[in-house]
Amino acid sequence: MIRLEHLKKNFGDLEVLKDISLEINKGEVVAIIGPSGSGKSTMLRCMNLLEVPTGGNIFIDGKNILDKDVKITEIRKNVCMVFQHFNLFHNMTVLKNMTYAPMVVNKLNKKEAEEKAMALLERVGLAEKANEYPSRLSGGQKQRVAIARALAMEPEVLLFDEPTSALDPEMVKEVLDVIQNLTHTGITMALVTHEMGFAKEVADRICFLDGGLLVENTTPKEFFENPKSERAKQFLSTVL
Amino acid sequence: MLNFTILQDYLPTLWQAVILTLEFTLLSTIVGFLWGIILTLIKISKVKPLVLLAQFYTSIFRGTPLLVQLMLIYYATPQLLNYQITALQAGVLTFGLNSAAYISESIRGGILSVDKGQWEAAMSLGVPRYRLLCDIVFPQAFKNTLPSLVNESIALLKDSSMVSIIGVADTMRWASLVQAKTFRAFEAFIVAAIVYYILVMALTALGRYLERRVRVSD
Repeated sequence: MIRLEHLKKNFGDLEVLKDISLEINKGEVVAIIGPSGSGKSTMLRCMNLLEVPTGGNIFIDGKNILDKDVKITEIRKNVCMVFQHFNLFHNMTVLKNMTYAPMVVNKLNKKEAEEKAMALLERVGLAEKANEYPSRLSGGQKQRVAIARALAMEPEVLLFDEPTSALDPEMVKEVLDVIQNLTHTGITMALVTHEMGFAKEVADRICFLDGGLLVENTTPKEFFENPKSERAKQFLSTVL
Repeated sequence: MLNFTILQDYLPTLWQAVILTLEFTLLSTIVGFLWGIILTLIKISKVKPLVLLAQFYTSIFRGTPLLVQLMLIYYATPQLLNYQITALQAGVLTFGLNSAAYISESIRGGILSVDKGQWEAAMSLGVPRYRLLCDIVFPQAFKNTLPSLVNESIALLKDSSMVSIIGVADTMRWASLVQAKTFRAFEAFIVAAIVYYILVMALTALGRYLERRVRVSD
């Protein structure tokens, strides 16, 4: 589904991603963890070209998305992202947030888009907030709407960029529950997170990044119980 | 000592003068706003030569006095283009071109103040750039820009008194004529001052109303 080949990304002189090769299969849930500054978010943001890599290739569904003739909007509507800071559109109600991209990008008519949006809001338990503006929602509610908004595009891939890092502790669970319900629905998920317990529980695979390199790429059981590298051992000893 | 009854004969022409002031302000605001939006679009585009040109334009209109610009456009247009520009046209053109420079900077600031996350969220959903600008960035930028747009139109309204110098029969011109005919300076100019004050207050109230309207999402 997603294949990164020798991915490199520099910000000026700073080498954030040095050489990352990684394959994520269809329907797989991959948790990307590592110390801050290790390049996790940058790697994720390369997958929908919010960051343009300095080198290497990214294949999605067999298509090299760095090819000149690939239309990036075509890729993005199929690879949606959930952000740390939710990024709901401030000038639109919850319902409009949900129907906007499906109508503009997927050309749904208003009725179809609203029906789908309401069904998804129901699923994340926020149907009664449909006509509120995002400023009236709590952080946890905003993030649930943001997830529903991404789902409304019916993407094959969902990218989560630290979805719970900006939340108050008591709101983390409601968001993680929503994410957990999405696993094994056939949607491919890449999740940058600091929630180790959650990663262990829901991920099919753990990718541990450090210093711009993919240091470990293994099952959760193997990673948490029997880490191979010194750096992973060190990291786990500080976070667990 | 004060005698406002002498103004009686001039009241019908005052009404016409006030209408002209309003008309002039409205036209200049429209020209300034439309041209300002175009300048903003140029400034946020990625076409380097155009961006530089727009910046140069802005620096010229912000870097020279409005009165000098007005004189140049009114008196130099016939000389250079052999076109007899009317005082009203020259005024609207000067004020429009001038305020566009200021307005484009406020709108640009408003656009820059829109959270980067809003752009990224729309991009990550596959929304094309022009739709993202029209539906998400501009509405939010407009909200941030509205107070300075109201300020700009208030400035335009007051500065419009300058066009009396080139002979536009506006409120200020009315006061000058009344003073010349009656030799009463205070009565004539205080009436002009009151008229401008009332108009500015009305504009301020309108601005407040609009601001409340666009803040429903907060």
